[in-house]
Amino acid sequence: MNGFSAILKGMWTTFKSMFEGPVTIQYPEVKRPVRRRFKGRHELKRYENGLEKCIGCSLCAAACPADAIFVEASENTDEQRFSPGERYASTYEINMLRCIFCGYCEDACPTEAIILGDNYELSFTDRAQSIYTREKLLNPVGPSGQATPQQVPAGMFDRSIPVMVDPD
Amino acid sequence: MTLQQVELTSDDLRHLVSQRALDGETVLLNMGPQHPSTHGVLRLLLELDGETVVNCIPDIGFLHTGIEKNIEAKTYEKSEVMTDRLDYLNTMGNNLVYCLAIEKLVDLDVPARAQTIRILFTELQRIASHLVWLGTAALDLAAMSVFLYCFRERERILDMMEMASGQRMMTTYFRPGGLWRDLPEEFIPTLEQFLDDLPARIDQYEDLLTHNPIFIDRTKGIGVLTEEQALGYSITGPTLRGSGIAYDIRRAHPYAGYENYEFDIITEEGGDCYARYLVRIREMRESIRIIRQAIARLEDGPVRSNNRKFVPPPRSELGTSMEAVIHHFKLWTEGFPAPADSVYVPVESPRGELGVFLEGDGGPKPYRCYWRTPSFVNLQVLPLLSKGHFVADLVAIIGSIDIVLGDTDR
Repeated sequence: MNGFSAILKGMWTTFKSMFEGPVTIQYPEVKRPVRRRFKGRHELKRYENGLEKCIGCSLCAAACPADAIFVEASENTDEQRFSPGERYASTYEINMLRCIFCGYCEDACPTEAIILGDNYELSFTDRAQSIYTREKLLNPVGPSGQATPQQVPAGMFDRSIPVMVDPD
Repeated sequence: MTLQQVELTSDDLRHLVSQRALDGETVLLNMGPQHPSTHGVLRLLLELDGETVVNCIPDIGFLHTGIEKNIEAKTYEKSEVMTDRLDYLNTMGNNLVYCLAIEKLVDLDVPARAQTIRILFTELQRIASHLVWLGTAALDLAAMSVFLYCFRERERILDMMEMASGQRMMTTYFRPGGLWRDLPEEFIPTLEQFLDDLPARIDQYEDLLTHNPIFIDRTKGIGVLTEEQALGYSITGPTLRGSGIAYDIRRAHPYAGYENYEFDIITEEGGDCYARYLVRIREMRESIRIIRQAIARLEDGPVRSNNRKFVPPPRSELGTSMEAVIHHFKLWTEGFPAPADSVYVPVESPRGELGVFLEGDGGPKPYRCYWRTPSFVNLQVLPLLSKGHFVADLVAIIGSIDIVLGDTDR
């Protein structure tokens, strides 16, 4: 193939691509849907009755390779119940500047309380805003649930680790 | 022009500069570390006679992140997330070599399905890495559309990685003893569609470059690396195979089951930038062949070892078994101990021999972790290749040896 026809062939290739649709999208007007397993901003989950899934075991903090998580646990009582079992996370903080979104916290969590969700639009204007507190991370209470702390009958929520299915 | 135009930050560099430069006969020019054609943060101190490169002194370390030391400060499983960040165009390959080293150190089994998926993903990653290389190396030579087309295809690979691992680049998908999770249902159809489309796309890149007289003028005969020089400098990967030496670790020291796959080792004679370009283009086609074989070999089964001393139990066991909860907590807090022994595992990364040396001390953290990274070793040949060429050719040469600075500086 001589040089002239090779250049023409290249030109033809780029010319043809004008009639292929664009592969880019107009973010932020158009957003690309994320995949089911996407690791975005963390969420702290609740049970249907409104109780928090997090039992304050700090396993997420221990598993975190970036040391981004800080958990402090307090005691539950039946009059003031936040989560099933003995303890709940009274302080739960994730430093989003340290977090690398590896998902180890989700893997380590024994109650499926922390899940990496779909939100990837994290921006802050100062460092203090990068600390996501428990209030920010906790999901809102569902329609069939009550806000925490709840007053519950004694002995009803003694078990802290639920029966779970393997995630897909 | 005098010496004052370049700030020599270290005396180590000053002694490398010739007397002619110090006398002002040749010009010293600083290229990088922010120069876009240095593929990251590579600083080159160039000694120029007019437009011709007399000497070239690479100055690395701008992306040093202390990953080796950090790995020694964390447990074996936790430090795997850092391996993604070494060579960020070959994340799955880095995961693979690190997992292979741990598995060899603690003698951990990997199920057959996991082995196959590992090969599938490392080859997919090789295609992605070569696409980035092709796009950026062509962009350095002012071929803009190749860059756009390559990234279009690479995006589909990243999407498949997101499908499987939840992350586009920093996947951490391979874990000691297998994989994080099995492939999602929609993965194989998406992959097959991609494999059907890709050969035509590679033809498209070749239409733009392979016979293009401008591209040939810029690459043929530029940066010739002879067989002896390549062997003398321990060059590996496509850069070595471009000089006509058929050495591929996948064939020479098979790992992760590569001995069961049929593929050719791509070599080209010539040793110049053009030969290295042809090797990588043909390697992409070879990777498609390996992936197709891997899909055919996929069989149902577990994707992670059942050895509870090293692998956390599945979530479904946590609610029913006390033993499982104990193992789960022990593994996520303390990690698993590895014997006081040392291993070295090499794999063929898209850039060459990527090896990890791990030494355990009986505890849950490695005593020493060393990475033999291909970019670091291959970069050493740059002064040799660039001598006597123009500055514009130097850009083509940097591109053709395919360095990733995260890999070089680690």
